[in-house]
Amino acid sequence: MTTSEVTLPQKTAGAPARRPMRVMGAGRQLHAGPVTYVVLVLFALVSLAPLVWTAIAASRTNTRLARTPPPLWFGGNLFRNLQTAWDQAGMGTAMFNTVFVAGTITAGTVLFSTLAGFAFAKLRFRFSATLLLLTIGTMMIPPQLAVVPLYLWMSDLGWANHLQTVVLPTLVSAFGTFFMRQYLVQALPSELIEAARVDGASSLRVVWHVVFPAARPAMAVLGLLTFVMAWNDFLWPIIALNGENPTVQVALNQLGTGYIPDDSVIMAGALLGTLPLLIAFLLFGKQIVGGIMQGAVKG
Amino acid sequence: MTGSKQALTHPASSAGTAPGDQPGAARRARGRGRPAPGGSSWRSRLYRWDMKASPYAFISPFFVIFGAFSLVPLLYTAWYSLHHVQLSSLDQQTWAGLENYKNLFSSDFFWNALRNTFSIGLISTVPQLLAALWLAHMLNYRLRGSTVWRVVMLTPYATSVAAATLVFTLLFAPDSGMINWLLGLVGADPVNWRESDWGSQLAVSSIVIWRWTGYNALIYLAAMQAVPADLYESAAIDGANRWQQFRSVTIPMLRPTILFTVVVSTIGATQLFGEPLLFGGVSGTKGGSEHQYQTLGLYMYDQGWIVGNLGKASAIAWSMFLILLIIAAINLLVSRWLRTTHDHQ
Repeated sequence: MTTSEVTLPQKTAGAPARRPMRVMGAGRQLHAGPVTYVVLVLFALVSLAPLVWTAIAASRTNTRLARTPPPLWFGGNLFRNLQTAWDQAGMGTAMFNTVFVAGTITAGTVLFSTLAGFAFAKLRFRFSATLLLLTIGTMMIPPQLAVVPLYLWMSDLGWANHLQTVVLPTLVSAFGTFFMRQYLVQALPSELIEAARVDGASSLRVVWHVVFPAARPAMAVLGLLTFVMAWNDFLWPIIALNGENPTVQVALNQLGTGYIPDDSVIMAGALLGTLPLLIAFLLFGKQIVGGIMQGAVKG
Repeated sequence: MTGSKQALTHPASSAGTAPGDQPGAARRARGRGRPAPGGSSWRSRLYRWDMKASPYAFISPFFVIFGAFSLVPLLYTAWYSLHHVQLSSLDQQTWAGLENYKNLFSSDFFWNALRNTFSIGLISTVPQLLAALWLAHMLNYRLRGSTVWRVVMLTPYATSVAAATLVFTLLFAPDSGMINWLLGLVGADPVNWRESDWGSQLAVSSIVIWRWTGYNALIYLAAMQAVPADLYESAAIDGANRWQQFRSVTIPMLRPTILFTVVVSTIGATQLFGEPLLFGGVSGTKGGSEHQYQTLGLYMYDQGWIVGNLGKASAIAWSMFLILLIIAAINLLVSRWLRTTHDHQ
């Protein structure tokens, strides 16, 4: 008696939700044929081969890389090259610096984007539509437009080669703000906010107890996307920092301009600098893919 | 407690529900609240202030930081572009008028960089978006392990410009590189990817294509999944085959998304910098021995931080911005024209 009561609503709730999907699948989402799989394998090879070859080249020697045919399998020099890159090319310092830089930028961007996204999604205030449009419009401005004055000011402040120089300008994101806004418009029921208001909650309490819990999935995705972008940021870091206190990209830039004229060490540096993000993709690839697709549909 | 606060915030509504429904009641309620020092009146004012100010407080971090580190610098860049600013003597800034721009527009290197930015932008964007469309179409089939395929296609996006370019520079090495070796296997002549005009531009473009095709494919895929299934069904009933369905249903429905990716890729292409810089190795800022792949972004960095003329670099930055605005305007006009011609059909 009790079991049937429990299973019955589940069935009725589950069936209509599942059936349209299957119908849609039959009508539109055709099964991929063998040709599609072959082409996809080719695409996947092109996607992955340069990364695999980076590891292969990093496990060889400079003289071997200068000979043809190029090596197609791993050699025995990987750890020595990684160590050289870590110690002599500054990749060690760079990794720690970049974890700090990208971590801070991610925390700031997620926090500020959630606050602003919430305001744009759910609060009524004057000029909100105009300000949102302005926010989106800022994405058109190339970073090159800011670097000359920033460089002069940071030199004046004595902040050249300090990490805060790289963190501060990137602490907010127009994309992130828009991303959170689009998510919260749907995911956060206005009734929840109203209920909290009726209970006399201040705006900060509403943010803490209502907005953050509702926004958590999108905050995680935005955090991942921001971390990838911050880790890979190039133009401003190479202007603001030098080899003594580099981020990963600055260290790689130095390697690329002949700091250590050894291609296998350069490849070891490239591998080291990419590895953390590859691990992140391995762990959270599904979420990152979902975030990009989510941002796209609404964007 | 809660009730009294509500009554104080909305005196009119509380008066409406009160049994003695008279304008005096509302006035009395308001009048009672005003003179009382502290207590619930103070809290109600705080509450109202909170409601009014907090939206602005929440959006202010973005606007303050964006203003301080992007908008104000953007205006200062315009200011510096009208001055002589040398890296070696930063404290001596003298008025230059339009001299930086005059120098720029009479310099062959500027026009060369503009041409290169345009041609590299074209050979990197067009194949990239076409490949992305094709890839998205395939990913839209029902696939075994669909998530794995998507993550694999996105992996290049995890690779930084610097790391990717260092690898591709080796792969494109004229003597010992993988690409020329592969070309040799199929009997083709080796290409001098460093020195030749189109060869080096193709090599630089391939880095962009490699890094961004998967990303754009996911954006197209998301849009394809939002296309209503009945559109395909009715097209199929009309006898449209798969290719005709793709052309007459998928592409029109994806038009806004395609436009979006075109705009984003164009912005990216205008700023192209890291790829040609690192592809050039030791003398990277020159964009090759003949400046054959020196882009505007690279030219700006070269003039500003290698030559040391920050005033000219500012002028280049603003020229880039103006070019971008012109392209955006053209984009807008073309898309509007496309939309109207489509509507007339």
